[in-house]
Amino acid sequence: MAKYLLLKHYRGGPEKMPDHEASMDQWTEQEISDHFAFMDHVAQVLTETGEFVDSQALAPSGTFVRYDAEGMPPVTEGPFAETKDLIAGWMIVDVDSEQRAHEVAAFLSSAPGRGGRPTQEWIEVRPFLTPGATVTDTLIEAGLLPA
Amino acid sequence: MINNPVMDDDEGLLRELGPRVLGVLVRRGADFASAEDAVQEALIEAVRRWPAGRPDNPRGWLVTVAWRKYTDAVRADAARARREEREQAAPAPGPARQADDTLLLLFLACHPTLTPASAVALTLRAVGGLTTAQIARTYMVPEPTMAQRISRAKTTLRGKPLDAPGDLRTVLKVLYLIFNEGYTGDEDLAAEAIRLTRQAAAASAEPEAAGLLALMLLHHARRHSRLSPAGELIPLAQQDRSRWDMELIAEGVDILQHALAQDRLGEYQAQAAIAALHADAPSAEETDWPQILEWYDVLVTLTDSPVAALNRAVAVGQVDGPLAGLSVVNTVPAEVPRHAAVRAYLNEQAGNLAAARALYLEAAQAAPSVPERDHLTRQAARLQA
Repeated sequence: MAKYLLLKHYRGGPEKMPDHEASMDQWTEQEISDHFAFMDHVAQVLTETGEFVDSQALAPSGTFVRYDAEGMPPVTEGPFAETKDLIAGWMIVDVDSEQRAHEVAAFLSSAPGRGGRPTQEWIEVRPFLTPGATVTDTLIEAGLLPA
Repeated sequence: MINNPVMDDDEGLLRELGPRVLGVLVRRGADFASAEDAVQEALIEAVRRWPAGRPDNPRGWLVTVAWRKYTDAVRADAARARREEREQAAPAPGPARQADDTLLLLFLACHPTLTPASAVALTLRAVGGLTTAQIARTYMVPEPTMAQRISRAKTTLRGKPLDAPGDLRTVLKVLYLIFNEGYTGDEDLAAEAIRLTRQAAAASAEPEAAGLLALMLLHHARRHSRLSPAGELIPLAQQDRSRWDMELIAEGVDILQHALAQDRLGEYQAQAAIAALHADAPSAEETDWPQILEWYDVLVTLTDSPVAALNRAVAVGQVDGPLAGLSVVNTVPAEVPRHAAVRAYLNEQAGNLAAARALYLEAAQAAPSVPERDHLTRQAARLQA
């Protein structure tokens, strides 16, 4: 079992498919409701298959923040809405294989958009690094890997 | 209630007895899901009634109550009329067959038709007696997701013949998986895996079950020396061997020797033999690498696994020098995880420090876990000087 982050991008990634070109502000109210209902449906289905971990949507604009110096307030830039790559939200799943993670991503990407047609939105699939396992892998015995 | 020692005592006993009682019901012909419901009800009744006085034979009490709950449920369900006939023909409660029952439960929970994740969850729930919430926390998924995973596994098992001989190989693989995945949550999965493997090894004459138990004990013996106070991982060669658990090592070696004496080798016995040779060495320098290499030869022959072949290259490097090790690595497919890490290590041994540094960085990029990535990144940084 491995966890994967499925990232929905507003912008960035491979070239968009024709039905995903129109941004959501050009959809009808019904189309938007159907789209979000589908997202809930995906989460429900994946809970029933024992694979759902988490799902969150993000506001489209954000602020960049960094440390300045001791005792100084944080330095901020933005808020930016027009960055090259923008993430709309994510889903985390816990699945048996990378192939299954891809199936789930394709399922998400079949969400209805304009005219009820699948958006065919690109979903970025990123495996989690595991937080630390007691690997009994024998490479450890050579002092090569952490035990 | 928490401060009541009698209650705490009952809780531990109930957790231990629950899976055994479940095993009895399943052996008598109860289907897995209904049997589990019945055992849960019996446990609840015990929690309610035992504080007033624990029965003389707690296990017998639980079996009687659980069996009654089961038969009540079957009778109440008209759609199960035919199953009722079958269960009336079930044998009367016989003498305790605790070992058989545990093994039977393990065979069911690790049924080959289940995915590894389902088998792991069901084993921890039904045989380990962990709650769904505990398992969910350990594997860091929401409780409803874990509940569904367990419930689907039970559904998959429905109607599976219970008299079919179980697949011990699958059981051992699942237990090994639980051991390896440990330490992410609240529960110490490694300790739980050892507890379950002890039961499996006690119930099975197959030396691989004992081999796996020995392997786990030998690795577990070093658990306190693996981390620095800062939480960084310490490679075996630099570990403080005085902190190794000598009792566990002695037990692991003893179990392994008995298993090997049966002269039916398997991969777990071979891995345990390698772990035992490391555990036996008073210092890293005194490690018996030639004998370790012999066991790697056995392991590669037994498993034909490229991972074992990659490990063997490290042992060859120790015995015949890093260049010999590198020529072995080159026969292992590059897609095998940690290929770059092994090449980095052998290149460093051979004095090719620039190549080693680049390979450590490459290996860090491909590392599957955070501690491993950090460790490899530090190795690269060390060579930068």
